Amino acid sequence: MTAAVSGARSVINRGLVLTTLGLLGVAGVMVLALGFTPVEATQGLAQKIFYVHVPAAFTALWVAVPATACAGLLYLWLHDPRLDRFAAASAEVSLVFCLVVLVTGPIWARPIWGAWWTWDGRLTLTLFLFFLLLGYQTMRAAIRDPVERARFSAVLGAMGLVLVPFIHLSVYLWRGLHPKPIVLKPGDPSLPPEMLHTLLYGLGAALLLYVGFVTLRYGIQLAQDQREAADAR
Amino acid sequence: MGNLFRLALVLAGKDLRLELRTRTSIISAAVFAALVLIVFNFARDPTAVATLDLAPSVLWVTVAFASVLAMNRGFLVERENAAFDGLLLAPVPREALFLGKYLANFAFVMLVEAIALPLFVLFFNLDLSHALGGLVLTMLLATMGFVAVGTIFSAMVVKTRFAELMLPVLLLPFMVPPLILAVKTTVPLFAGRPLSEVVDGLRFLAIYDIVFLTLAVLLFPAVVDE
Repeated sequence: MTAAVSGARSVINRGLVLTTLGLLGVAGVMVLALGFTPVEATQGLAQKIFYVHVPAAFTALWVAVPATACAGLLYLWLHDPRLDRFAAASAEVSLVFCLVVLVTGPIWARPIWGAWWTWDGRLTLTLFLFFLLLGYQTMRAAIRDPVERARFSAVLGAMGLVLVPFIHLSVYLWRGLHPKPIVLKPGDPSLPPEMLHTLLYGLGAALLLYVGFVTLRYGIQLAQDQREAADAR
Repeated sequence: MGNLFRLALVLAGKDLRLELRTRTSIISAAVFAALVLIVFNFARDPTAVATLDLAPSVLWVTVAFASVLAMNRGFLVERENAAFDGLLLAPVPREALFLGKYLANFAFVMLVEAIALPLFVLFFNLDLSHALGGLVLTMLLATMGFVAVGTIFSAMVVKTRFAELMLPVLLLPFMVPPLILAVKTTVPLFAGRPLSEVVDGLRFLAIYDIVFLTLAVLLFPAVVDE
């Protein structure tokens, strides 16, 4: 019992260290972006938000959400509570990253597009992903039985992942305003090397922050689960 | 395989018989659809917005809300007297159980749409005789997909607190692609364009139906098995 609690404690400590490093990394990226990266010719200073916005979007859409869905599907197969704890932690962190994307996007869009929001494919996709993740959290909060909660979350996660391309394709039929991919596309990235380096540092910091947050959330959930198991005994 | 569908039809028949004898849900869903149509009629300025510009959105928003309301019923009726435990104990494959509930929900939602459509034509003073075939096809294809998602979600939310509120929160994001495609298909149809112009949208709806129906059948055992 005490050994188990100290296990959760060490996970939380590890999460705190990683989160601190991630936050320092994000601060470093801001310094790098503002002080040591050239100002974009047409967009000016507004473009600086790109170094926060793009890494957050990439981490949420390409790492955190697929990881949640995959952990859920593996849970349905292996029934290991660790997988559900990871899926829940990852979903919660995805929600935060989606929120960062949805807040930084309009701040940039206002001076550049002249509108806070448009119903472009990617914006709509991120918004619905945000609502899906919100629904995921709401449903988790409404189920008491941990095994049932894990199974339902896994089902919702898998369905959500399949939904994402459908939303993207159906909205894509309308023309989009969003800047086209500049790094993850066939051929060389169309960014000056300084900007690309800052972006890659930003991505590294975002991923580190994701790992830190997930570890922290996992540790807290582990401690809660152990406490509940001890109370039930 | 034939046995699976026979069992599914028996289950769907049970649900529909239950519904036709009490008629509580179907009447409330139909009244709800009528009220939404009436509210929409007063929410627009008839001198500023042409009816035809607004009609497709009004139709599909009404259908979406009424369907969510209708799909809540599927597993709520099984909650009383732990009837669902009885169904689970029956020697029936889970897939047949899902398909039975799915068929009942599908019939139920189509019935609500069949009541809402004439009211819509009446209130909005539209002539849809040229578009009726395409519209019914669009309604069938759009409904098939989101009812599959709605059926599996209603089996989940019935185990939660606030089930009636939880279903729309989970389901509405999944209704977005079929609704976007349905509206995009309905606009040219209302404008008198031929069916051949909207084939792409219908094809996309069919892909959504196949993907989500398959996924729901595969995942349903994970929802009900203890």
